[in-house]
Amino acid sequence: MTVVRTWHARRRARERLLESLLMLAALVSVAVTVAIVYVLVAESMAFFDSVGFAEFVADSQWTPLFEDAHYGIGVLLSATLTCTAVALAVALPVGGWIAIYLSEFASPAIRDIAKPLLELLGAVPTIVYGYFALMFVTPLLRYLIPGLPGFNLLSAGIVMGIMIIPYVSSLSEDAMRAVPMALREASCAMGASRLQTALGVVVPSAAAGIASACVLAVSRAMGETMIVAIAAGSQARLGYDPTESAATLTSYIVQVALGDVDQGGIAYRTVFVAGLALMLLTLTMNVASHVLRQRFLRASVR
Amino acid sequence: MDEGDDIHIGRHLQRRRRLEIVFVAAGLLCLILGMLTLVTLFAEMARQGLPRLGIDFLSRYPSRHAELAGILPAWVGSLAVMVVTAATAVPLGVGAAVYLEEYAPRNLITALIEINLTNLAGMPSIVFGLMALGIFVFEFGLGRNILTAGLTLALLILPIIIVTAREALRTVPDSLREAAFACGASPWQALRDHVVPAAGPGILTGIIIGLARAIGETAPLIALGAVSFVSFLPESPIRGEFPFISFDWLSAPFTALPVQMFNWTTRPDPDFRANAAAAAFVLVAMALAINGLAIWLRHRMRREARW
Repeated sequence: MTVVRTWHARRRARERLLESLLMLAALVSVAVTVAIVYVLVAESMAFFDSVGFAEFVADSQWTPLFEDAHYGIGVLLSATLTCTAVALAVALPVGGWIAIYLSEFASPAIRDIAKPLLELLGAVPTIVYGYFALMFVTPLLRYLIPGLPGFNLLSAGIVMGIMIIPYVSSLSEDAMRAVPMALREASCAMGASRLQTALGVVVPSAAAGIASACVLAVSRAMGETMIVAIAAGSQARLGYDPTESAATLTSYIVQVALGDVDQGGIAYRTVFVAGLALMLLTLTMNVASHVLRQRFLRASVR
Repeated sequence: MDEGDDIHIGRHLQRRRRLEIVFVAAGLLCLILGMLTLVTLFAEMARQGLPRLGIDFLSRYPSRHAELAGILPAWVGSLAVMVVTAATAVPLGVGAAVYLEEYAPRNLITALIEINLTNLAGMPSIVFGLMALGIFVFEFGLGRNILTAGLTLALLILPIIIVTAREALRTVPDSLREAAFACGASPWQALRDHVVPAAGPGILTGIIIGLARAIGETAPLIALGAVSFVSFLPESPIRGEFPFISFDWLSAPFTALPVQMFNWTTRPDPDFRANAAAAAFVLVAMALAINGLAIWLRHRMRREARW
């Protein structure tokens, strides 16, 4: 009897140990988030010890590496927003159109071929897209728009837009396919064409889901680093003109990481401040996307 | 209804049909546009890079002379970093997935972990690089080497592995678990011997997709402080004398294929463009091969689905 009992006890102890080990693995992801927030906030706090928050928000120059240092985050933000807007101007119509076509018109055979091929667009390493933007798209654009600088936000934004097409198309298509067939049947029974049904019934019903996909794509575009680091230039410049060269939040981080900047100095801390701004921006987008998606799911259950 | 109405309706229907054809054609065009970009990208890379690509390119060290430069330390570095990444991310990711799917009680902590995973999956990769710089390099003093680079990429792909592994575990029917329990297996035994192997192909697909993502990732490595001019290889992990295995390579300064490519792309000298294109070619070939493997696995899995 005692043999069985100790065997049982040992087995139970082992089970408990393994369960706690697995739980520890699950908690690693929480630790990563804590570490990210800790690093970014701690370094930013140190930064704000010497730079006023008002200057940070309102200054129209960003020159931490110069003698006459200015720290206006709005400069980097303006470039990030401009680039994202260009990317969205490409990805939204193209990705949306692809989604409507694949969900409402395409035969299953075409859909089966097109979807994995579209996923490939998202699987190309972003550094390769950066190369493509600089070596192919920029010369092409300079041919079309004379006087365009060799580094510009337009080229980076367009290529970024192509990169996020699968995010827009794939998630939007999922949302449209989740619209109940009865709605389409009702619409067609009223005499609407397939196109009228698609644009007038399916797209509005899936609007929250499509919006969720787009917001997620925006978040991706904002955090994208290598394309802008290669193709958009490194000069921090306040403005919303996509034909100019400008440093974004992400490309500034790369620029400093590559250079010989004194670690622990204030110039170095700006990297973490830019990182914090970037994290807050993408976090807001991700939460918005999540909320929209939940709204869509709740609506489609009804 | 007179004849005039008929013609009117007929014309209206015709216009409607034409509009639909235009719309569908435009949809196809958008699709083709995306594909065309991919083709152009590959063609451009091949045009610029193929002349440089050869056994010499793979077996040489970087050089100031574009024609003499190679990617030996870069691809060896990428491989070494991937080994660390896989060795860290696979046990952590699969372990976390198993815990969340099979053990986790429905409580606040579990909900917190779930929200946190969604959040991490959407975090820009460069933020992971900054985190690694602050924690691994400054706080822990681990240095900027293969170990920290591998760990950073492991944390980056952790959400991908966890999410796909959980989906795979969810497809395993409860009857399998119940059968194992009925035979006297403990929860761990049921998992180790039945549930996890049954979900194996799905878990493997997630691991492969994660590694494919990691191999092309550049930004976190640059934030971490990758060196782009390495003219030596990390020490060999195998030694001639006792204890035969060495982990010195973990603390070697690192470069990686995408970092080397970035360096060549940003050089003003146009001679290096061909090098960048050739490196891109190797990189894309590696990423596509890994992704292809995942697609093939998923396809086979669907064919051999047992439940």
